Amino acid sequence: MSTPLVEVRNLVKEFSTRGGWFRRSAPVRAVDDVSFTIHSGETLGLVGESGSGKTTTGRCLLRLVEPTSGEIRFRDLDVRALSASELRKARRHFQIVFQDPYSSLNPRMRVGAIVEEPLIIHRIGTKEERRARVRHLFELVGLDPDAGPKYPHEFSGGQRQRIGVARALALEPSLIVCDEPVSALDVSVQAQVVNLLLDLQKRLGLTYLFIAHDLRLVRQICDRVAVMYRGRLVEVARAEAIFTSPAHPYTQALLSAIPSMKPGDRLERIPFDATAFTPRPLKEIAPDHHAAI
Amino acid sequence: MSSANTVTTTSDAPLLAVDHLRTVFRLADGRDAAAVDDVSFHIRKGETLGLVGESGSGKSVTALSIIRLVQPPGRITGGRLLFDGRDLMTLGEEDMRRVRGRRIGFVFQEPMVALNPVYTIGSQIAETLLVHDLARGAAGMKRAVELLEAVRIPDPARRAREYPHQLSGGLRQRAMLALALAAEPSLLIADEPTTALDVTVQAEVLDLLRDLRKMFGLSLLLITHDLGVVAEMADRVAVMYCGRIVEQGPVAEVLASPAHPYTRGLLASVPDGRSGTRLVAIPGTVPALGRVGTGCAFAPRCSDRFDPCTTAVPDLTPLGPGRDVRCYLYSPSPTTPGGGR
Repeated sequence: MSTPLVEVRNLVKEFSTRGGWFRRSAPVRAVDDVSFTIHSGETLGLVGESGSGKTTTGRCLLRLVEPTSGEIRFRDLDVRALSASELRKARRHFQIVFQDPYSSLNPRMRVGAIVEEPLIIHRIGTKEERRARVRHLFELVGLDPDAGPKYPHEFSGGQRQRIGVARALALEPSLIVCDEPVSALDVSVQAQVVNLLLDLQKRLGLTYLFIAHDLRLVRQICDRVAVMYRGRLVEVARAEAIFTSPAHPYTQALLSAIPSMKPGDRLERIPFDATAFTPRPLKEIAPDHHAAI
Repeated sequence: MSSANTVTTTSDAPLLAVDHLRTVFRLADGRDAAAVDDVSFHIRKGETLGLVGESGSGKSVTALSIIRLVQPPGRITGGRLLFDGRDLMTLGEEDMRRVRGRRIGFVFQEPMVALNPVYTIGSQIAETLLVHDLARGAAGMKRAVELLEAVRIPDPARRAREYPHQLSGGLRQRAMLALALAAEPSLLIADEPTTALDVTVQAEVLDLLRDLRKMFGLSLLLITHDLGVVAEMADRVAVMYCGRIVEQGPVAEVLASPAHPYTRGLLASVPDGRSGTRLVAIPGTVPALGRVGTGCAFAPRCSDRFDPCTTAVPDLTPLGPGRDVRCYLYSPSPTTPGGGR
């Protein structure tokens, strides 16, 4: 396989909690010793329940949240060693699409300016060149190229998410962290946005870290899947392997909880005893299939 | 004036029959727009009806209309709500309050809205029992603990003394179920009861709902956008789009052979898990309230659209026992224009 585009080693993120008057504050490990790689052009799915640390992992990767320890390599860049100004420059290569297209766009800015902003920050092109680029980006994500003067509230949720994607694409990144990009959208619109992300990946050779809780969707669009539980990776494998032969008890429980689309065809639920969970390192149990068992 | 013609095919009388319900909202420009239009369905004793739709389809407004909690600028302007032989529409507010909570329980997506943050879980349940004259004092608290146990909250006696914020999302949803079931209603309306929950917790709550349904002999109106939840839980399903029911029938039939192009599109857009394939998307977006043109509201997004679709709203056409679809592909002949109100 090719050299990885992203390599994460032993990533840890601790948040300090505020202690009470008589209590000492104890740090909470949101991300606990997480290691994974993402290869160029692939989609790695990151799944887990809320609070499992998947969003924090995605943000640490871009240093939107400062990791506590660990190593993040992007191509030959040591991301954690970058100074603030170096990081700003490097950010053009890795971008993020947020979950909520209603709160992630500045309501007081015209959408043309929202998409143009990264180009201005990175001092790219003349005013005319930037305007042309914005029109091109709007077309790329399936929006009217003349939509620039409108405000976010004039668009539907699906269209707003397209604007978010256009902004993320402005600097021609190679990696996009998609943090639950369709979960706030109506069912009938989700598929449109997912298809857009797939088309763009093919056309532009993008690499995705796709954070999601919709396991059916993950199975369909991800090449590999990483399962998180309580800040730790418990299983990483090719998508088919995760869904056909899950090895970790938590993965098995998670998959058995997906509602079946056929009435009367309910899977036997596999319960997971959270109290019995002990953190273990990932080990290779089959080619390209790692599990913490 | 009547365009729908849903027939109750069974001999046993339904517990709830919603008949040509219409609820409108006053828009900023002074026009009235129907959020719920000509909606008819029924729920028999012990039966679960899944009401499916996207945001803006009118499914939640339908639920609020049934318990007559539609707030201005919304109001019910037509239809009948027959519950256990009585028309809820004609009840005074005092009588309606006795039906609400006592005979019809409800749970919502976000339990923090329904639970009062300043009272303990136990005292809120006890309060409900007191209001409905079912138990008072120590007996109320004892019953509250029993109910928390029935919804499988571990250590119920301790949890009864805790406040809503001390509970996890899944436990809060269970506490709300306990509260909704306190007065042993015969109908439970659950509006997206598992949408905010993780998939493993959702599975537990659905299992619990299934058991409670048996234990309490409940009828259930389950409102959701998730067809998987409907497949698991419902006996029959009604699909709503832009305020109207576009298709209804037994859940196995509708999911196996959807008739309405919208239902077909909705089912097709669910990922089937075949890796590397694109999803099947429905083009366009749901029109905003008051922006629906004449004719079928789905017509602008429909690939099967033909001439009559944009002239008038199609009637419900029976396809089989308890199975209707509102689409010109199935009407014997496109009816005369003017049927759409």
